[in-house]
Amino acid sequence: MEPILRVDKLVKRYPGTEAVRGVSFSVGEGTCFGLLGPNGAGKTTTVEIMEGILPATSGEVRYRGRPIGAAFREDAGIQFQTTALQDFLTVRETLELFGRLYSARANLDELITVCSLEPILTRDVRKISGGQRQRLLLAVALVNDPAILFLDEPTTGLDPQARRNFWDLVRAIKARNKTVILTTHYMEEAYHLCDEIAIMDHGRIIAQGPPEKLLEEHFRDTVLELPREDFTADPGALPWQVLVSGDSVEMSVPDVDLAIRALAGHGVSLGRLRIRPRNLEDLFLELTGRELRA
Amino acid sequence: MIRRMLAVLHARNLEFVRDRSSLGWNILLPVLLVFGLAFVFSGDEKPLYQVGVLSGGNPLKAETHPFLDTKYIGFFAAGSEEEAVWELEHHRMDMLLDLRQPARYWINEDSPQGYILEKLLLQSDPAGFARATVTGPRIRYVDWLLPGILGMNMMFSCLFGVGYVVVRYRKSGFLKRLRGTPLRALEFIIAQVLSRIMLIMVITSFVFFGTTTLLQTPMAGSYLDLFFVATLGAVSLIALGLVVAARVDSEELAGGILNMISWPMMLISGVWFSMEAAHPLMQKAAEALPLTQILDAARAIMLDGATLADVRAELVVLVGMSVVFLTLGAALFKWRLD
Repeated sequence: MEPILRVDKLVKRYPGTEAVRGVSFSVGEGTCFGLLGPNGAGKTTTVEIMEGILPATSGEVRYRGRPIGAAFREDAGIQFQTTALQDFLTVRETLELFGRLYSARANLDELITVCSLEPILTRDVRKISGGQRQRLLLAVALVNDPAILFLDEPTTGLDPQARRNFWDLVRAIKARNKTVILTTHYMEEAYHLCDEIAIMDHGRIIAQGPPEKLLEEHFRDTVLELPREDFTADPGALPWQVLVSGDSVEMSVPDVDLAIRALAGHGVSLGRLRIRPRNLEDLFLELTGRELRA
Repeated sequence: MIRRMLAVLHARNLEFVRDRSSLGWNILLPVLLVFGLAFVFSGDEKPLYQVGVLSGGNPLKAETHPFLDTKYIGFFAAGSEEEAVWELEHHRMDMLLDLRQPARYWINEDSPQGYILEKLLLQSDPAGFARATVTGPRIRYVDWLLPGILGMNMMFSCLFGVGYVVVRYRKSGFLKRLRGTPLRALEFIIAQVLSRIMLIMVITSFVFFGTTTLLQTPMAGSYLDLFFVATLGAVSLIALGLVVAARVDSEELAGGILNMISWPMMLISGVWFSMEAAHPLMQKAAEALPLTQILDAARAIMLDGATLADVRAELVVLVGMSVVFLTLGAALFKWRLD
C-alpha cells in the first residue's frame, strides 16, 4: 500500500550547521507517526520541510506519490509549536477566518464541541489560557477536515491534566482514520499515541519502528527501583547491574520473580519497591548514552 | 530600582546593537538625510517673483535685456507661448516676458505680484514692451497646500500602516501559520491593500470634506475623478509599503526604510512648495515618486478643473508603479523569519 507521505534523503543545511542529515521514512495512512528526540535534534526542521513551510537543501517529500503542492496544502492541518493568531479576533472569528482559506471545511459546530471551545467562543484569542489556546490551535489545524495532521510539540507547557485531555482529542482524531504526525520530546506522549516512532538525534534517525517493538528489540529486562535507604544488600553480591542514582537505586533484572526472591533473601525491605518496564527514555539513553532531557 | 532599570536598559541596548540591520539603518539614515536635505536646499535663496521668458534662444542674461539682471526675480525659460500663458492664468508664474520681436509682456490682472513686476519692468524699459493681460483667480496657498497635506497623510498611513503590520505578523509567526494554508502571497498582499484602501479612503474623504468646507477651498474638477486619483495613489503607496515589508524581519529596520522613502517624498514631491523652479535633476527625481504623481493629478483636478483624460500621464505612471510594486512584493514575499 502506497504511504500517504514519503520522506526521502532529506537534508537541511544552515550556514555552519547541518540540521537534518539525510532523513528517510514513510508514513502509512491512518497511522500516528511520532518524531522524537531532544531539543535541537532536527525534529521541527524535518517536520517544517514536510509541511512545505521550509525548503529542503536536498531530498524530497512526496504526498500520495506527488511532490507537496497546492493539493497537499488543502489536505494538511498544521499545529505549530508556537503560533500567533490575529489579534482582536474572537475564538469563533479565528476559526471562521481559517475555515475560509480552504476549499473543504469541517463542520464548525462539531469541531467546537470536539475541542471543547463552547465556553470561550466569544472571547478574544489573546485572553484565553494555555490549554484553551492549544485546543483552539488544534481546532484551527482541523478546520479543513485534513487527511493528514501535523502536531509539533502540541502539549509543551500544558499541565498534566490538560495534556491527557489533549491526548484524548488526538485519539479521537486518529479514530476517524486521519494520519497524525507528532513531534514531541515527551516519550510518554509518543508511547501512548504513536503507532510508529522515529527517534532523531543530531539530525539523524537513530531508531525507527513501533514503540513496543523497539523496546522489545533493545531490552529484555525490567527495572526495579528502591529508595536508597531501603537497599541494604551488598551490590556486588547480586547477579545483575545495580545503579545508584541520587536517592534511589535502580536494578535491571531479566526475571522479576527471581530478583524479588533474591532481594528478600538479602534482607532488603520491599515495601516501597517499584517495578517498571523499560520505556522510550531508557531507549534513548541506551542508543545515545545521554539523558533525553540533558 | 536602579539595578533593575539598568538591567533592562542593558538588555535593550544589546538587542539594538546586535540587530545589525536596524543598527545599520539608524546610522545610515541620518547621513542620507543630511545629504538629501543639503541637496534639496542647496543653491541660491528662493526668488521673490517668478518670470517666464520667451527669449528665442538667447541667454537669460543682462546682455539680452537689462531687466533680466534685476535681483530677487527668478527668470526661467518658458516652454511654448500657449503653455506659458496657461501657467500665468493659473498663477504658476507671476509674469511672462516675450523678448522676441515685437517684445511683449503678459501679466495676470488678478495677481498682486504681477502688478509689482509690471511697475519694475516699465521702470527698467518704459517703451520697449507691448502689454497683454490674462485673468484667472488667485489660488491661495492653503488651496494649493490642502492636496499636499492630505496626500502626505495618506502616504504615511499607507506606508507605515501596511509595512509595520506585515513585519509584525511575520515576527509573531502569524504569517508562518498562514503559510500552512492554501493562501498565496499575492492573495494575502491584495487583501492587505484592499483593507487599507477602504480605511484610508473613508478617513481621507472625511478629512477632505471637512477641510474644504471649513477653508472654502475651490473644487474646479470632478469629485469622482479626484476620488479615483486618490484611490489609485493609495494603491501605489500601499504596494510600495508591501515591497519594503516583503522581506524585513524587524520593525526598526522597516521603520528606517519607510522613513527613507517617505522623507524624500515629503520634501520634493511638492507637498509644501512647488518644484517648478527647482533644479531639473530634482524635478526628474521627484517624478519618480508616487506622491508627486498623486499631487500633480489631484491639484490639476481641484485647481485647474482637469479631467481624468487630462491627467492620464500621471494615472499611467501610478498604474505602472502599482503593478511593479505589487509584483515585486509578491515575488519577494517571505512568510517566515530567517
